[in-house]
Amino acid sequence: MTEEKFQKRIDAEQKIEPKDWMPDAYRKHLIRQISQHAHSEVIGMQPEGNWVTRAPSLRAKMILLAKIQDEAGHGLYLYSACETLGISRDELVQQLHDGKAKYSSIFNYPTLNWADMGAVGWLVDGAAIVNQVSLQRTSYGPYSRGMVRICKEESFHQRQGYEIMATMAAGTPEQKQMAQDALNRIWWPSIMMFGPHDADSPRSGNALKWKIKRQTNDELRQSFIDKTVAQAELIGLTIPDPDLKWNEETGHYDFGAMDWDEFWRVVKGDGPCNKQRLDHHKKAHKEGEWVRNAAKAYAKKQELLTV
Amino acid sequence: MSENTDVWEVFIQSKNGLPHKHAGNVHATDKEMALQNARDLYTRRKEGSSIWVVKATDIIASQSEESEEFFDPSDDKMYRHPTFYTMPEGSKNI
Repeated sequence: MTEEKFQKRIDAEQKIEPKDWMPDAYRKHLIRQISQHAHSEVIGMQPEGNWVTRAPSLRAKMILLAKIQDEAGHGLYLYSACETLGISRDELVQQLHDGKAKYSSIFNYPTLNWADMGAVGWLVDGAAIVNQVSLQRTSYGPYSRGMVRICKEESFHQRQGYEIMATMAAGTPEQKQMAQDALNRIWWPSIMMFGPHDADSPRSGNALKWKIKRQTNDELRQSFIDKTVAQAELIGLTIPDPDLKWNEETGHYDFGAMDWDEFWRVVKGDGPCNKQRLDHHKKAHKEGEWVRNAAKAYAKKQELLTV
Repeated sequence: MSENTDVWEVFIQSKNGLPHKHAGNVHATDKEMALQNARDLYTRRKEGSSIWVVKATDIIASQSEESEEFFDPSDDKMYRHPTFYTMPEGSKNI
């Protein structure tokens, strides 16, 4: 099949399945995007895991544990989708450890206190949902089906975060201040999760043409900001952007300039937690090796017994 | 030992009486582990009443490039559909 025929299928909104012909660049783009997405889910467990033992109530602790389990599950759905493109799970993990594959920069920020669990759920999961809802319509079948499953589960994550923020914002002045402080720190990194402006995002062209992505970075970011402002106002918190204001003409919020120098610094490894996150993943992977080996040895033994 | 573990495809029956439907896959070294991993991964919210796991390498799939030739024998057999038939005016319950 030619590239032209492939594009016709894409334009006709047909899903591409693992055994279908696809251009090499399409395959490569998907592996890069899906693996980055998978690694983000898995690394994203760490800032939340930081608060499991110190959750303020049994209810909060059970919810947090369930949320972290979901993140692991979402990582696995995505690794599965990625493997259908002809790359193995081992290779994917190796690329993460070698720094060849990235994960979302947001997880290189620390979670300093319980309010951060609220802000992360509300803003980070909220931004992720906007992106994932759009990706349900991606052209690659296994990725699309993974996204549908993830979206069904993810909205509890955002709601639990917003509930924490609302509770703290309605608490003592100190508690409200904690919630505001978490919003101040996490707001800008969360709106930068959508990636560079469209004009500075060289890879977007093909991704949109091939319908891997259905909306541009800027469109997704705008949609997230538009729905989040009112949520902040409702619970009496202020989004830390003096330039934020409703634009009657466009029907959207205008907002201030993002600090892209900081964004790229963190992407390239110089964030507050980059080393810690990756080291922890490597350590857990290495410490689990004997379990994997034991499972394989057991399976081999069972095979010999049944022959 | 760094070779990959086997991939198992997972089929879930959401409710008694309904068919098993493909949900996704899991990695596992043996069948019990495959079943437990499938339960943990795909039924965290009571999505299932029964699970099947099948080694991915044991599944035989038709090739989508050949799907046209593969399925075209049924193209010209409209008489297999009830709408093909002309019923006499006024006939009921048929």
